[in-house]
This record gives sequence, structure tokens and C-alpha cells, in this order.
Amino acid sequence: MRKVSRLSRFNVAALALGLAFLYLPILILVIYSFNASRLVTVWGGWSLRWYHEFFNDRAMIEAAWMSLRVAVSSATIATLLGTLAAVALSRGERFRGRTLFSGMLYAPLVMPEVITGLSLLLLFVALNAERGFWTVTIAHTTLTMCFVAVVVQSRLGSLDRSLEEAAMDLGCDPVRAFLSVTLPLIAPAIVAGWMLAFTLSLDDLVIASFTTGPGSTTLPIRIYSEVRLGVKPEINAICTLVIALIAVVIVIASLASKLSSSQGESAAPL
Amino acid sequence: MSSRRIFARPARFAAIAPYVWMVLFFLVPFAFVLKISLSQTAIAQPPYEPVFELAAGWEALKAAFAALSVDNFRLIASDDIYVFAYVRSLTVAVTATALLLLIGYPIAYGMSRLPKSWQAVAMVLVIVPFWTSFLIRIYAWINILQHDGLLNRILLALHLVSQPVVWLSTDSAMYIGIVYSYLPFMILPLYATLAKMEPALEEAAGDLGAPPWQVFWLVTFPLSLPGVGAGVLLCFIPIVGEFVIPDLLAGSNSLMIGQTLWLEFFTNKDWPVASAAAIVLLVMLLVPLLLYERLQKRQLEQGR
Repeated sequence: MRKVSRLSRFNVAALALGLAFLYLPILILVIYSFNASRLVTVWGGWSLRWYHEFFNDRAMIEAAWMSLRVAVSSATIATLLGTLAAVALSRGERFRGRTLFSGMLYAPLVMPEVITGLSLLLLFVALNAERGFWTVTIAHTTLTMCFVAVVVQSRLGSLDRSLEEAAMDLGCDPVRAFLSVTLPLIAPAIVAGWMLAFTLSLDDLVIASFTTGPGSTTLPIRIYSEVRLGVKPEINAICTLVIALIAVVIVIASLASKLSSSQGESAAPL
Repeated sequence: MSSRRIFARPARFAAIAPYVWMVLFFLVPFAFVLKISLSQTAIAQPPYEPVFELAAGWEALKAAFAALSVDNFRLIASDDIYVFAYVRSLTVAVTATALLLLIGYPIAYGMSRLPKSWQAVAMVLVIVPFWTSFLIRIYAWINILQHDGLLNRILLALHLVSQPVVWLSTDSAMYIGIVYSYLPFMILPLYATLAKMEPALEEAAGDLGAPPWQVFWLVTFPLSLPGVGAGVLLCFIPIVGEFVIPDLLAGSNSLMIGQTLWLEFFTNKDWPVASAAAIVLLVMLLVPLLLYERLQKRQLEQGR
């Protein structure tokens, strides 16, 4: 009998259609951001007009700046905490409250953002905390450290433990062994985790809406309020800039994971 | 050598900081939601006084418990808007998840049949849109679906329709948006199980005379069920609480629970009822959430 064919025409078609579905809308958006026409759907030639408009829009620039600061700070804190959590889960073996701990780390990955946002707002109100930069940063840290933990944990899981053990046999104490052997090996996953946390924070609308205060608006909140009023070509330009920024981030993250695979280990999942 | 044990102790200390953080900013907030949902009725206005004075001790605690009431929950159960919102959320989530499975499975299957080096490329291609802002992706669809948008232009040019079709503010637009946003979440777990599958099993079934559809239905699909489960849960749970996509694409004729919550909170400023609604939503999702956690744990253990 013949072998079952590995790649049929049907497979290829499904794959091609799927990828087209994923990419065409974004491509169209990018192309139309260079449209000279005021009407979003009428092509009026190439132009950078809407980019000028964006850079002269003070409110938008301020929102973008706020988003960037929140994304950098929350991603940094989240990477620290998430890496610690991953180390505890994959190397700590059994400890008191481990189930609760891992449950808390997985729940925010899938829980509807409305619930997370609402509960954090109630906490901040009860604490009488002034809402703004810090409350959004804390909220984003809580969400994104879970993603960092998952990325780093899967890297730690695929790491050969005998390397750490060898270091300790050679006289390193555990902390030294971790810093000089484990940490360099999981560094690419940590970088990828930071990047993921950064883009998630840059992207978040729902949690930021609940936890921010008057006067500190993030970019998604501004875009959202503009989009509700109707499509404006300036939004196309802003979106394209964000896509470009994220593209740079992805390139760096994939370089980092390529670095890790050239070290003879399997690549980080993201 | 028992260096594993030696390593375990400092590793456990690593849990302290993230543990405290998650308790403070994830667990404790739910206590506040619960407290507010059980107490102040609709007349109460934010901001609320502290839950209870710890300094006042046992008496204050007793008083706080005496003041608890389930009025807000009763209100939700008797309010058609809420009942409809929960039903609609579940309907939308079931429909969208089914669509995602139907669309995502062939793509994941195609990916897993690619030559190994191409599989990595395909995986990156599927992940990249997940990194790209979801708000932007929804906005891209508004561009396409609006009255004089690209879709209508193409349909008109091909003479498939004689007049522009209304796409925006319809359920079809919402389903397009949801499927588009969640597709990577469905494809990735499916692909992960399909790629790990032993090709010899399918070949054996083929050698024994099974036609391709039987090979798929009797061998491939049952073996991919863990991936199906993970993908379905990963999409279903967040879609139930989805707010932005229905808000931007489905119009306002019938709201999902996420939107109702949002309105109650920001427009009506009725925090107690909104909190109660959030608790109900959470309880509804508790079963799938726990299922997801168990699946996740099992997969991590298998991955070791």
C-alpha cells in the first residue's frame, strides 16, 4: 500500500488561506495609512500627511508616551517577578501553597480582562490610591508576569539539570550556580518574556481603562475613543507606527531565541 | 548527588516576591469585589469606606457580616438584561469557539504536515499577529467592513451584490472579529499536539486499508483531543467576557455580559451590582478555568 501523503493540496490551501486571512487586513491598514485622501477608502496617492497629523496631535503623543513608560516599567517588574516565579515552580519542587501559587499564575492568562480590571479598581479605591501611572503599571505587571512565568518556565523545563548539578559538584553554591550557569542559559527566554510583557502592556485597553485616572490616558484608550466616533485616517498612521515598533520588538525577540537555539538547546516558544 | 535538593531550597525562596505580589494584586482584589457585591445596595455611591476597620476588631467584623446582603444577586437573577447578557455571552462564545475549531484545525493540520524547517517559519507567522495589537486588528476590520469599505467594493466589482451590504454593527462582523483575534490561540495548541503525533500511526492505518477520511477520523482526530481541549478552553473562557470586539463590531442591540458590566460600572456607576455580576461571571467560568489549569499542568508534566 501507498503511504498516506504527508502534505496534500488541501493542507496547502488551508495554510495559505489561513495566513492570508491573518495578514491581509493588517497589510491593507498599513497601505491605507499612506493614503493622501481624507476619505479612508478612496485612494488619493501616497502621502505622509497622517503621520504629520499624528506628530502634531499633543493628546495622542502624550498618550503614546504614557503607554511607553507604563510598558517599560511594568515589563521590567513583571520580568523580575515572573522569572522568580518560574524558578520557584520548576526548581523549588514542593513548597507550601504551591498549588495556589500556580493557580494564581495561570488564572490571569485566561480570565476575562473585565473581571481583572474591575477587581483591581476596587482594590485601588479601597486603598485610596491615586489612580494614574502607578496603578496602571501595577495592574499590567500582575497580568504580564504570568506570561513571563510561562515562557521562562518552559525554557527551564527543557534545560538539562545536570549542568546545574555539575556546577555545584565543582563547588558552586546554589545561588552561584544559578547566576553563572542557569541564568545565561535562560537569558533568551527572559528577553522574550520581557518583549511579550512589553507588547501586552502596550496593547491593553480594558485593564488600563479600569485602573487609570483622569488625565493619564494610554494610547489604546485614546485610539478606542477615536475609533468609536468613526474611522479616521490618522488612526491608520498611529496603528502602523505601533505595528512597526512591535515588528522591531519581534525581530529582537526572535534573534534572542535564535541565539538560544545556536547554543544547542531548543528555541524558546515565543 | 542530591544537589537537586540543595537547589530546591533557594528556589523556593524565589517564590516569596511573586507570591506576595499575586496575593496582593490578584487574590485580595476578589475579596473586595465579593464584599462590595454583598453589601452596599444601589444607593451607595463610590468611593466606598474601607471594608472593615481591623483596629475595631471582632465587633467590627461581626457588624460587617451582619450587613451582608444578597440583594444585588437577586436583582441580577430577576433582571432580564442580565439574564439575556449571560445567555448571549455563552451563545456567542460557543458559536465562535466552534467556528475557531473548524477554521483553526485545517490550518494547524497543514502546519504539522510541512517539512520540519518550514514548520518553524509557519509557527512564527501564526504568532506574529498575536503580538500585533488586538485593537489595531479590530480597527483594520472596521476599515474593511464599513459601508464603502474594501469588502463591499470587491463584492460590487464582482457583481456578487447589487448594493453595498451592511457589515458593521452586525453579528457577522463580530464573529469575524472574534475569530480573527483568537485564531492564534486555537492554532497553537492544536499544532503542538498534531506535530508531536507519530506519523507511523497514520501510515499504519492507511496500510491497513483505511481511506484518508477514516484515517483522520479514527486515528488523527482522537489523538489530537488534548490540543482540541486546550484550544477550546483558551478561546472559550476569554470570549465569554469579551467587551471590545462586540462593542466595536456588533453594535448595541444586544449586549454581552462584558459590555453590560462595563456600562453598569462606568455609565450607571452602580458598582455593587457590577461587582455581583462579575462574581456570577467568575463562578460561571470557574469550571472551565479549573479544567484549563489541569490540562496545563498535565501538559507541563508530559513536557518534562
